[in-house]
Amino acid sequence: MKIGFSPAFLMRHDGASRQIYGYLLLLPAAVFLVAFTHYPAVATLWQSVFGAGVNGKPAHFVGLENYRALLSDDTFRLALRNNLLYAIITIPLAVGLALLMALAVNRRMRAGGLARAAFFIPSLLPMVAIANLWLFFYSPQIGLLNRLLAWFSLPAVNWLGDPGSALYCLMAVSVWREAGFFMIFYLAALQQIDPRLAEAADIEGASPVYFFRRVQWPLLMPTTLFVLINASMNAFRIVDQVITMTNGGPDNSTHLLLFYIYRTAFSYWDLHYAAAMTAVLLAILAAIALIKFHFLDKRTHYQ
Amino acid sequence: MSLVEKRVRATAMAPGRLAWGLLTWCAALLWMLPVLVSLWVAIHPAADQGTFTLLSPLTWQNFVHAWQAAPFGRYFINTLALVLLIVVCQLILATLAAYALVRFRLTGAGMIFALVLLQLMISPDVLILNNYQTIGSLGLRDTLLGIALPYFASAFAIFLLRQTFKSIPLVLEEAAIIEGASRFYILRRIYIPLAKPVYIAFTLVSISFHWNDFLWPLVITDSVRVRPLTVGLQLFSAPEQGVQWALISAATLMTSLPLLVLFLLFQRQFVQSFMRAGIR
Repeated sequence: MKIGFSPAFLMRHDGASRQIYGYLLLLPAAVFLVAFTHYPAVATLWQSVFGAGVNGKPAHFVGLENYRALLSDDTFRLALRNNLLYAIITIPLAVGLALLMALAVNRRMRAGGLARAAFFIPSLLPMVAIANLWLFFYSPQIGLLNRLLAWFSLPAVNWLGDPGSALYCLMAVSVWREAGFFMIFYLAALQQIDPRLAEAADIEGASPVYFFRRVQWPLLMPTTLFVLINASMNAFRIVDQVITMTNGGPDNSTHLLLFYIYRTAFSYWDLHYAAAMTAVLLAILAAIALIKFHFLDKRTHYQ
Repeated sequence: MSLVEKRVRATAMAPGRLAWGLLTWCAALLWMLPVLVSLWVAIHPAADQGTFTLLSPLTWQNFVHAWQAAPFGRYFINTLALVLLIVVCQLILATLAAYALVRFRLTGAGMIFALVLLQLMISPDVLILNNYQTIGSLGLRDTLLGIALPYFASAFAIFLLRQTFKSIPLVLEEAAIIEGASRFYILRRIYIPLAKPVYIAFTLVSISFHWNDFLWPLVITDSVRVRPLTVGLQLFSAPEQGVQWALISAATLMTSLPLLVLFLLFQRQFVQSFMRAGIR
């Protein structure tokens, strides 16, 4: 044992070598992060200002030409509009249902764990599997929804084959998948609320609705914000269900941003155009992230 | 809770509670309907797939046929290997990085951490285009390593472990240093055991994420040799196969089963992991 040196002194003493040691530990993770996150993000921006070379010529600088093309691309505008619609409709529905589920299974009830599992399990299934499950409902011939309609003597609907309904059918699937996932966060928050508050409300004779509105809802606000922000980020990265259920059709009516990027890059091989679209998507995600940091900052001020 | 209050609550709330419970149960059943329908179709003869006859005999044939109709065994092995490779590498890299960020007083540690957090915003699946080019130039297209590589460094894991390591008292480490313990010994004997719940939480979240990952493997693979379950199932369910609901149902349930079993075994940990993972 060394005598006469405090640990702090030891640590200060070999400062330079300690720094090198630290950076070396950091290196492997840093290499992969830079190679697959930072570099591609920058490369995307770089490629987006070039145009494909024609007749074997190399790519040439075109400035904002790709972005200008995006503005007049009907499919892109449709994808953007669909994506916004998707976010605006699915997020409140999924978050609202999640809250209801959490409130429902939070109370002690017989086999409450089973109900909780039933709500949560959809978020564990692969999207391809979910698509298959739901095709049972949507399929025009033997689909359950059309049978239900036939039961009431209503005309059959081509759920995924009609441009008017296909996007909404995808939304239903998203809500089904996400609500149980968000429920978990609400459950965690509900369990952190002091049980004495509920007892006090009980003694005062407050109705459950009043208790929810005045006590639970305000206390759940940070969770709601967190869930809303994460849900918005997810909404702009949705692609699996489009590929597995409609493949963008009918008539491009279910195109979403990431799907159109995937299409442009891997079916049309228009890399520069896809890069420009990726840049737009990155900008949207960055904007949501900024909102996130803004709110999180505020929250820490209150604490 | 006082006795009087207990009685008041029990008498006043009993019918309401019962109604709530019943409602919750119906909602839960309705919510599981897609899974239940598919289960029903999968365990009954393919000929009965559209009818829901109550007395239809039970059968395992659909599972057997589905298993034989596509190389699901291979897909299972691929997915298992892939998930294992990713999770192990994520944990190792994140442990080293988090330890370095917390205990080495590096110049620019704050900046580095901010750059790490950027990945939470732009996840690798948004950058498929450039990552496809990178993996291609490394000659790793259509290999398991090629699918796994972009996920090796997980900002989320680094973030979780950094928070945990930070909360471990420095005195523990100083005492160990005086005793002549090496950094790796300290990491192995102090930091990793104390962060065990976080490791479990991240592992469960990461397994479920990568088991279900679809777009990136779809893009980067094109042979049975490396294709994971999700992509295999998608090919199996493609319309050219003719709509054989019973087989598709069986295959769908088969591919999801391991995760569901894992969930049922570790239900408490699973739910807590997702909670832990979400609360920052």
